[in-house]
Amino acid sequence: MTGLQDRLTPEQVEAFGREMDELRQRIVADLGKEDVDYIQNLIRTQRALEVVGRGLLFAGFFPPAWIAGVGALSLSKILDNMEIGHNVMHGQYDWTRIPELSSQRFEWDTLAPAENWRHSHNYVHHTYTNVLDKDRDIGYGILRMDEGQKWHPYYLGNPVYATLLAIFFQWGVMLHDLEVEKVLKGERKVSELKEVRARILRKAGRQLGKDYLLFPALTGPLAPLTFLGNATANLTRNLWAFAIIFCGHFPADVESFTEEETENETRGQWYLRQILGSANIEGGKLFHILSGNLSHQIEHHLFPDIPARRYPEIAGEVRAICAKYGLPYHAGPLRKQLASVAKKIVKLALPGGRSEPSPEPEPATVKRERELTAA
Amino acid sequence: MAVQVPRRLRRGARGRARSLASLAEALLTPHGMDRYLELLDPMLVRREIRGVVTAVRRQTADTVTLTVRPSRAWRGFSAGQYVRVSVDIDGVRRTRCYSPTCSEHGGQLELTVKAQENGLVSGHLHRHAAPGMVLGLSQPAGEFTLPAPRPRRVLLISGGSGITPVLSMLRTLVDEGHRGEVVFLHYANTAADVLYGAELTELAQRHPGLRVVLAYTHERGGDLHGFFEPAQLREVAPWYREAQTYLCGPLPLLDSVRATFGSEGLSEQLHTEEFTPPPVPADGAAHGQVRFTHSGREIANSGKPLLEQAEDAGLRPEHGCRMGICFSCTKVKTSGCVRNARTGELSPEDNVEIQLCISVPVGDVEINA
Repeated sequence: MTGLQDRLTPEQVEAFGREMDELRQRIVADLGKEDVDYIQNLIRTQRALEVVGRGLLFAGFFPPAWIAGVGALSLSKILDNMEIGHNVMHGQYDWTRIPELSSQRFEWDTLAPAENWRHSHNYVHHTYTNVLDKDRDIGYGILRMDEGQKWHPYYLGNPVYATLLAIFFQWGVMLHDLEVEKVLKGERKVSELKEVRARILRKAGRQLGKDYLLFPALTGPLAPLTFLGNATANLTRNLWAFAIIFCGHFPADVESFTEEETENETRGQWYLRQILGSANIEGGKLFHILSGNLSHQIEHHLFPDIPARRYPEIAGEVRAICAKYGLPYHAGPLRKQLASVAKKIVKLALPGGRSEPSPEPEPATVKRERELTAA
Repeated sequence: MAVQVPRRLRRGARGRARSLASLAEALLTPHGMDRYLELLDPMLVRREIRGVVTAVRRQTADTVTLTVRPSRAWRGFSAGQYVRVSVDIDGVRRTRCYSPTCSEHGGQLELTVKAQENGLVSGHLHRHAAPGMVLGLSQPAGEFTLPAPRPRRVLLISGGSGITPVLSMLRTLVDEGHRGEVVFLHYANTAADVLYGAELTELAQRHPGLRVVLAYTHERGGDLHGFFEPAQLREVAPWYREAQTYLCGPLPLLDSVRATFGSEGLSEQLHTEEFTPPPVPADGAAHGQVRFTHSGREIANSGKPLLEQAEDAGLRPEHGCRMGICFSCTKVKTSGCVRNARTGELSPEDNVEIQLCISVPVGDVEINA
């Protein structure tokens, strides 16, 4: 395997890191009213979709109203979780000092409490992106998503687990924060997770209460239809979020890393790992918004705290910098990335990976550096 | 399951309204009712406090006086207290403290704002305040208030825009039909700089127990001329030793009045409020004290990021990436100025959230950790 640190010379990594820092600085200096207006408009749209969706379900006996209601509610939940919740909780709008846009106070329309998720996602996943045994997003403790994960007969069920995770994704994210696999391995004590568990019970109670008790009850005789409508909206959001998130880190050519490789990383090396460990999804403007701009996963991992609406604008530049340093920039349309992820899930159900070492091509950049020195 | 459904409908319209509100909160979880109500009208919010500007007047060239109607969560204030007022400027919510100038009796607020040189919020309000503008408000705060029962003799001293909290005290005393003696001593550069001049004169005419004394520091023609001198006290309020004195104004005025009261052993009777802008931090060596208010720990600023300083002080604040990306260590800075180690940006405002791992204190800083 190509070592992460062999791709560029130390000087190159440093220069590359400087270019990324400069890019970041330029965008940060340019942030202003337009960015706030954008997210506030989006929040207004989401709230309107939610009110309309909930309202239409009161007329759920009329099938077109039910379908439109579920559609509006699904969109509302997708916008709430992806472009609004995920991004606000990354601190992308903390600079505005507007309490409703504060990463510390925002709560989203899903089972996982914001506070738990901020730890597992903002800190653990974004600090240790694609580092085996550190980044708990690799397989969510359920799946084998990397050849570096030792095979076990349990993983024969990989495709089934993946399908179930996609369907029940919000439950998966919620339970993810309990770090069950670490408890089983004895790395964490159950007692350490008391607060995490208490937050889950509180938040999930409220979420399930509104979607599956209160709103159905309010629609009286239509309760089963409302219940079904809310469940469908949650399911749509689950499938969508799973698809977008898995396409961000697990298409075939995205790399993962070992702990040793990432020890004492410099800022430049950290940036480098974010690029090698992420993949973009190509698509139109609406697609980017619905994906919370996680379609720009590379830009997001480089600059998780820059408002996501800026990612499309800097993507070209990031790509050009990657080209300049001979780094890959993984990108492809949704169906290609999805197919690649599905293939990996199926392939890794079976033993294989590290046990069969394959000859590694020499990284292009190091070779070119040598050629340049020789010239 | 922790669903918050009203247990039973309580009798009375109030109880019913409250039950409906908690049902609405449960239905609108996790965002809460205010986030939906404000889309209809920003003043409909139930929990947050906002104020809508109903009237604007300009008494002097560099001030603006706003009449503000607060939203329903406002519970009133005591004369002399201040409120935090927020406005959005270029996408950033900016907050400053202002003392209402009105009497504490009555549901409205009156704020007088002096446009400071380079003042972001004061300049914005001075230029853009108009009826219909919605401001963010906080519940009132501050210990600079009149005791109950009211003192029989009250001396109010102010300088410049420091008039605001003491004018509120005066108007409150007038509203309450205060029967003792009140002297209102105000310092201004020139007659043209006196805020509420006509109203003060009129109040003095109507109330025999009230004496208004205007001192001009930069021109003649007032009741007094020049800066504060101890002799002026004996002249305008010979009973000041038996009075409670409330003082607000620029630092030199505060210092000289304090010195006078101190030398006479009257410090206990002197109550002051300062309106000093945050000091402009200078680059260079680390100085000042860092106070972690939650734990009560105080250390000398070592110039390192706050997270490290907190850990050096034996505290264990929550943290994550230690490089400014995960926001786990975000805490509220209640006062002082910090520099962002990544951008170099200074953050001198009070009560803002900062990331401890990339914030370096500049001088004295107080953190709610």
